[in-house]
Amino acid sequence: MSIAPAEFGSLESADGARNEDYLWTLNFGPQHPATHTTLRLVLKLEGERVVDAMPEMGYLHSGFEKIGEHLTFNQYVTVTDRMNYISPVANNVAWHHAVETLLGIELTPRCTYVRTIVAELARISDHLLCNGAVGLDTGAFTFFLYAFYQREVIYDILETLCGARFTNSYTRVGGVSQDFTPLVVEKIRAFLKTFPKTLDDMERLLTRNRIFVDRTKGVGVLTKEEAINRGATGPVARASGVTRDLRKDEPYLAYGDLDFNVACASAGDCYARYLVRMQEMRESLKIVRQALENLPDGPVNVGIDQRTALPTKKQVYSTIEGTISHFELSMANRGFDVPFEESYAAIEAPNGELGFYIVGDGDDTAYRARCRPPSVLHFALFPHLIRGHTLSDVVAVLGSLNIIAAELDR
Amino acid sequence: MAVTSPKLELPENVFVSKLDELANWCRKNSLWPMPFATACCGIELMATGASKHDLARFGAEVFRFSPRQCDLMIVAGRVVMKMLPVLQRIWLQMHEPKWVISMGACASTGGVFDTYAVVQGIDRFIPVDMYVPGCPPRPEQLIQAIIDLQDKIQAEGTITGREFDTAERQRRKRALVEATLPLSIDAARNPILQRELAAAAESPVRT
Amino acid sequence: MPVATPPVDTVLESLAATVGPCDVSTFRGQTRVVVPLERALEAFRHLAAVGFDLLVDVTCVDYLDYRGAKHRYGLVYLLASTVTNQRLTVRLFADDPDPAVPSVTPIWRAADWLEREVWDLFGVRFDGHPDLRRLVMPEAFTAHPLRKDYPLQGRGERHNFPVLARDDG
Repeated sequence: MSIAPAEFGSLESADGARNEDYLWTLNFGPQHPATHTTLRLVLKLEGERVVDAMPEMGYLHSGFEKIGEHLTFNQYVTVTDRMNYISPVANNVAWHHAVETLLGIELTPRCTYVRTIVAELARISDHLLCNGAVGLDTGAFTFFLYAFYQREVIYDILETLCGARFTNSYTRVGGVSQDFTPLVVEKIRAFLKTFPKTLDDMERLLTRNRIFVDRTKGVGVLTKEEAINRGATGPVARASGVTRDLRKDEPYLAYGDLDFNVACASAGDCYARYLVRMQEMRESLKIVRQALENLPDGPVNVGIDQRTALPTKKQVYSTIEGTISHFELSMANRGFDVPFEESYAAIEAPNGELGFYIVGDGDDTAYRARCRPPSVLHFALFPHLIRGHTLSDVVAVLGSLNIIAAELDR
Repeated sequence: MAVTSPKLELPENVFVSKLDELANWCRKNSLWPMPFATACCGIELMATGASKHDLARFGAEVFRFSPRQCDLMIVAGRVVMKMLPVLQRIWLQMHEPKWVISMGACASTGGVFDTYAVVQGIDRFIPVDMYVPGCPPRPEQLIQAIIDLQDKIQAEGTITGREFDTAERQRRKRALVEATLPLSIDAARNPILQRELAAAAESPVRT
Repeated sequence: MPVATPPVDTVLESLAATVGPCDVSTFRGQTRVVVPLERALEAFRHLAAVGFDLLVDVTCVDYLDYRGAKHRYGLVYLLASTVTNQRLTVRLFADDPDPAVPSVTPIWRAADWLEREVWDLFGVRFDGHPDLRRLVMPEAFTAHPLRKDYPLQGRGERHNFPVLARDDG
């Protein structure tokens, strides 16, 4: 595995005519101490300053999109878990949102609230890890441990709910796999009571910490026009002043009924992204609290006459509709009523706009299941952000972009 | 751990032990892991090292990212074609004695991803000492794997590393042999599979 | 300054005025327009000027096994406007041999890597792309994996690596 800088095309070199022999090439290889798994950066350094950076990805490309052509809609949700593995439930919600858009299925009110609550818990989990990783990479180990402990609490809630700590595969077409039990609601309430205090503690550690602020303020500045032109979405774009949040702009699930704010900043540097994520966690807590208080009663899966969600055992054994539904869904050549059409649906995932473009072909399996990953566009931003900064800023910027290798490579 | 001859009565503060066992005890209780974390299992690995399930209490305190300073490589997550030469190079850079834990279904056998890009088990290309099933394995499972590896080191280790040279350990596994031929799951075109099926048909009980 | 995008009907009318009649359809509230390949770049420039400033995705669908397909490769461009939240899906079609479409990287920088990925996985070339090389597969890889005629398990490339034994280390 050799590095020949000539092979790596560089979109813009700082000064094309300059003789670049004296620049030093550093391979920030796919195995590296920053906690962002398999990314590769080839950096051209002039002393400590980064003149250019050539990112390379693909070290975790597992053929997710091709698998999507062989698995049914309910089987593929297990694979979507393994994309953004920091907040897997958000991926599940995104996938089934896209599938239900294609199939034209309307969810029950309880289901929208349940999915909203777990999606927001996933958002908190993601931002905790992202900020924790920024802390860890810039040297703040305690912050990382605090963040990880809170994630364990969320894991506990999700494990009580559906049996798996993460990689939950929680949603199904037309509903979810398990409904909320009183124990789950109690655990979420306990989390809502203790988390704000921990969040305050964590903020006290880093937000006004001189070292952290010096390391992240003014580093990796992304202007608003560049953010839009280069396709950034989510906290990365919102920290640059782009006020786009799909929860407010194209309300899906229960977000239309809930009252919350969208966190934005205008500086566009790493510090702004850190602050946006911290504030988003507080807003997520608001959303979960409201959604939990107003959780509607009723069934969580769509009715059995729609032939989409698997009926419960009682329904299968005691009603003819249930039996027919079960038969139709489980038999190989039956299943959902999928039109020969294509559609795209996106949600506001913790990382940005996560959408799936699904082409249906009448069959239970998608003809093409394309995942629109926010991380690809954010990683492509990286050379633009790092030019002119020092080597130690590389980890700060990389951390603040929240690039998840599995979502990047799929 | 103390081996005393039946005729010799030793006072309390003296014990005699084979040098191998002493070396094994030292090595097993200070395994320095190198996390080769690629995907979701990497997060569970980090969670195992974090404060709730603390891996440091088993001696694996130091998660060094440099292969020159570690003796245990934990491959956590799927390994794809593009990453495999990197994995092999890092394994070669580690010093003896070294052990490899293949964490998770993807590292052990390819897991959910039987696709064109994912290596179907890293044991096809590097020697593996311990497998941890799960997708992802719970931190308790990983800790159990490390404890089992510690038992294995204690039972089989030698101070000079002779255990890595024994013919039994070096006998290539079926997966390693298959990997060198063009593979096919269709028995008509796969001579190894035909041989195995014929052998299984002859002797139903295999050792 | 971003221009407020007029309602989608107006956009489509102005698009038809610029590049000629296009095939428009709607499904589940999403508007799709098929643009002829020769006028594609003009169409994109027009849409960018009219206010679609966010390129959400560039992807491709291989219609080899699809019922009623007339062309093999369908390029899909998902556009959005950050000012008015409208979305538009633009589709181009290309065929074997040597499918090629103009690159929109000069208009939206987001297309840079997205088009590289389409080239890598489908083999559709983008004329005018500054740096068209493989993105997710290794450079030495020769096939285009997401095409329908490439098997899911590959053609043995994933097994083709040297095996290290214990005494190599």
